[in-house]
Amino acid sequence: MIRFDQVHKRYPTGREALAGVSFKIDDGELVFLTGHSGAGKSSILKLIALIERPTRGQVFINSQNTAAVKPRGIPQFRRNLGVVFQDHKLLHDRPVADNVALPLIIAGVPRREIDKRVRAALDQVGLLGKEKNRPLELSTGEQQRVGIARAVVAKPTLLIADEPTGNLDPQLALEVMKLFKRFNEVGVTVVIATHDVHLIEQFGARRIVLGDGRVTDAGVPTSAQPQ
Amino acid sequence: MNIQAYFARHAQTLVGSLGRIVNQPFATALTMGVIAVALALPLFLNLFLTNMRTATANWNDAFDLSVYMDKRASAVRVGSLAKQLRQRDDVAAVRVITAEQALAAFRDDSGFGKALDALSDNPLPDTLIVTPALPASTPQGTAALKGAIAAMADVQTVQLDSEWVKRLHAMLDILRRVVLLTGCLLGAGVVLVVGNTIRLDILNRRAEIEVMKLVGASDGFARRPFLYSGIWYGLGGGLIALLLVAVAVAVLAKPVDGLAKLYGSQFHLQGLRFTTAFDVLALAVILAWFGSWLAATRHIRGIEPT
Repeated sequence: MIRFDQVHKRYPTGREALAGVSFKIDDGELVFLTGHSGAGKSSILKLIALIERPTRGQVFINSQNTAAVKPRGIPQFRRNLGVVFQDHKLLHDRPVADNVALPLIIAGVPRREIDKRVRAALDQVGLLGKEKNRPLELSTGEQQRVGIARAVVAKPTLLIADEPTGNLDPQLALEVMKLFKRFNEVGVTVVIATHDVHLIEQFGARRIVLGDGRVTDAGVPTSAQPQ
Repeated sequence: MNIQAYFARHAQTLVGSLGRIVNQPFATALTMGVIAVALALPLFLNLFLTNMRTATANWNDAFDLSVYMDKRASAVRVGSLAKQLRQRDDVAAVRVITAEQALAAFRDDSGFGKALDALSDNPLPDTLIVTPALPASTPQGTAALKGAIAAMADVQTVQLDSEWVKRLHAMLDILRRVVLLTGCLLGAGVVLVVGNTIRLDILNRRAEIEVMKLVGASDGFARRPFLYSGIWYGLGGGLIALLLVAVAVAVLAKPVDGLAKLYGSQFHLQGLRFTTAFDVLALAVILAWFGSWLAATRHIRGIEPT
């Protein structure tokens, strides 16, 4: 469960990215954060990943108030979270398998199990057989899928993605979105920030629309929807 | 996390960091070279001092007294004084070097032959070399003997041959302190050099550290490869330092042996002992590790994903 309660975010530059944002996302939901660029989508994801802290208001993740997470606790907090970036953020000096394995290595998973889970994650994104390739030898779409495999390999309950299809052509973008949908179907809460309205219309998922740092349409949580 | 996984992970990081520094041979050689020079210098000086001490260690006891006679004293008077001294209990032996013998020896050894010919008369006095008897070979005993001889008629000066050795040892003591201070400064230099290298390394890999932190790495985890790099730098630098000293000892051993032979000594140049070499390596690793720890702790804390 994610809950934003009257969250304000003002950056040191003076820009007010969020001006009193409140919404709630249930466990197991698939939610699109939309709005024009600068509307506050990225800020919301950064607050969820504890990359930024709210200036005012409170953010709850899995019933935990993030204000209570001390800097020392951030690494542990992030291990329950999968993050996908528009620019993939892969490490180019090591093969695909090592990139995907990173969260498991950090979490101290034994080597044998790491290999198994890395292969499973790569299989899920359709990249089995590319373990030994370097990220730059892959296409942009494949690199994005490596990023997704890395985000899900540690089996997080929450997956967030910032413009994951930003650099992809419509066909690849659709495939990536279907991938997120599949993870959502097995119970992972998925929050995707995107401005690609055409793409999300193909999914019957909930939308939270932002404008100028405010929620203009929070949609309806799955739990409150008429069956 | 179980123990086995923990060690496996450390071993992997250790090998990984070695691979990384081997991939940058020039930069690595430069860093290790600086460490090696900084360590080799005090090490070599210390070795030099240790050898000086060994070489002069047994010069402390049984020193001779050089008794310089008044130039006006006759050969007969010199002979009788020598006889008188030989009868003393605290004297073991007396050797007479006449002015003529001294001049001849000086002519042969100094190479000033022609110049000495220009002198109208011999400037050197007759000399008695007095060896104290063993019981009197204490500093007090020789000092008392020196006083007694100096008071005798026709004696110009008495010189105790141990005085320059005392001065030498005093100088060696000062030198030892200088070496110690130099060593401390250069050790601090090693810490700073490694710290700076690691700092640059961290800045170059900023993006990687950000990604690691994003997927849940603690500062300690992100820091670990840099600490291992520091250990490799220290080990490499230490080994090169030992190599430099070994080469220096090898180059000097022959001339030193030759010099020792001229003095009728069995002295051999002593190289580094195995235990010392081990200490040096350990020290190099500790210093380099400390340098990388300082830099990594400070700079990795400052890198946060944006």
